[in-house]
Amino acid sequence: MEQRHKVLLLDDDPELLEMYKEMLGQLPSRPEVHTATTGPRALALLDAEPFRLMICDLKMPKMDGLQVLAIVRRRFPELRTVVMTAVQDEEFRSRAYALGVDLFWLKPDTHQNMQMFLECLESLLGRDHEGGFRGVQSKSLMDIIQMECLSQSSTVMRITRGSLVGKIWIQGGELIDAEAEGARGEAAFRRILEWKSGTFENLPAEPDRERTIHKSVNGLLLEMAQALDEIANPDPASMEDAEHRKTVWRLSTLTREGADWVVTAPDKGKPEGWGTESEAELGRWMKQMMETCRRLSEKIEAGPLSHVQGKTIERRLVLMPWTDKSFLVAWPLDADPGKLLEQTKKLTASWDS
Amino acid sequence: MGFLKLFSRSSAAVQKLPSGSFTVDRDGNIVASTVSSSYPADLLREISREVLTLFRDARAAQVPMTEFNIHFASLQVTARELRGGAIVFLSPKTTATSH
Repeated sequence: MEQRHKVLLLDDDPELLEMYKEMLGQLPSRPEVHTATTGPRALALLDAEPFRLMICDLKMPKMDGLQVLAIVRRRFPELRTVVMTAVQDEEFRSRAYALGVDLFWLKPDTHQNMQMFLECLESLLGRDHEGGFRGVQSKSLMDIIQMECLSQSSTVMRITRGSLVGKIWIQGGELIDAEAEGARGEAAFRRILEWKSGTFENLPAEPDRERTIHKSVNGLLLEMAQALDEIANPDPASMEDAEHRKTVWRLSTLTREGADWVVTAPDKGKPEGWGTESEAELGRWMKQMMETCRRLSEKIEAGPLSHVQGKTIERRLVLMPWTDKSFLVAWPLDADPGKLLEQTKKLTASWDS
Repeated sequence: MGFLKLFSRSSAAVQKLPSGSFTVDRDGNIVASTVSSSYPADLLREISREVLTLFRDARAAQVPMTEFNIHFASLQVTARELRGGAIVFLSPKTTATSH
């Protein structure tokens, strides 16, 4: 028997909740609908059992929708989230999308609007049990790209995974460029392919886009498949050699980009430093900074941290959160502050790949 | 479709993001502010507390900072060290200004 998806509805009005519950219960996929009237109650329910989708109001007393969503996006990144609100304010729409919600919908005021909303919900409840990309659930991203190239498409694929956004440019069936997490070209393409699930949409082609990828798409996909295979089944004999090559590569990256030093602090494990001997102390400080910023963001609902730039009397520093670690990069004081962010993204992207 | 009227009811307000600047002394007291008085004072104090924590932690890590620029998805917080306190600038980001 097929398992029914669970949907959590959060609104401070019990009457509305009852009505939503009844309507959602009639969706073709017949989801199991649970309700909560407060943010803390909703979080407790999410902790207790896995849900597929959460629909959240914005205006609620004590803990408002944006606060709940900030916590939910961090603790349950796979949960699909929808904001349904009566607040017509562009700021809130931007903030909600910045938090990575899947859909922001003004509370329906016509029957037609309500029908469209329910159709969107049904599509968000797609039946991908083991990863895959929304809309084409049984296919991996590699399959989807291969299909686009085989059909000689010209398109820009925008791929989203939680708060991460990547783009792949395909022109006449050829892969010409990619962009993700501050990286561009092959590095960005590889990074996107590491995402196991997410959503994608096709945007209009950009024929004037500069070409940065010159390898064939099949060659790149093959390399990527081999790399993923090696990660899954590492060969102990080659590990030491790989570590040495990684060290040389990292030092050359540091020098090439003109940074003074770099420290990376993984969420779990020891920090690593290049160009500094204080990596342990700096790693601790980075974690403190990340924690302070996280606390601050939660209190004032400012959304996820993008990066922190700072200045000492000797250097300019950039702290950048990455997927499961953070980077702190020190630049000379005379470095152009307007270009530091891009340079740091470039350095961390090539470093991490 | 009378039931749809339920959707338009008004309820509790969502907190707007703060905009403007303020000065905080070394003890966390807000000395001067251009942030709208409708923004809760306790949240402004929370911001000053966390900003002073950032400067203090940096000094403890032997990296004394003179300035921080914190970029959140919806807000930019710029803080400059000021004789143990700080001057803090708060600039909400809109779709047009965020990068």
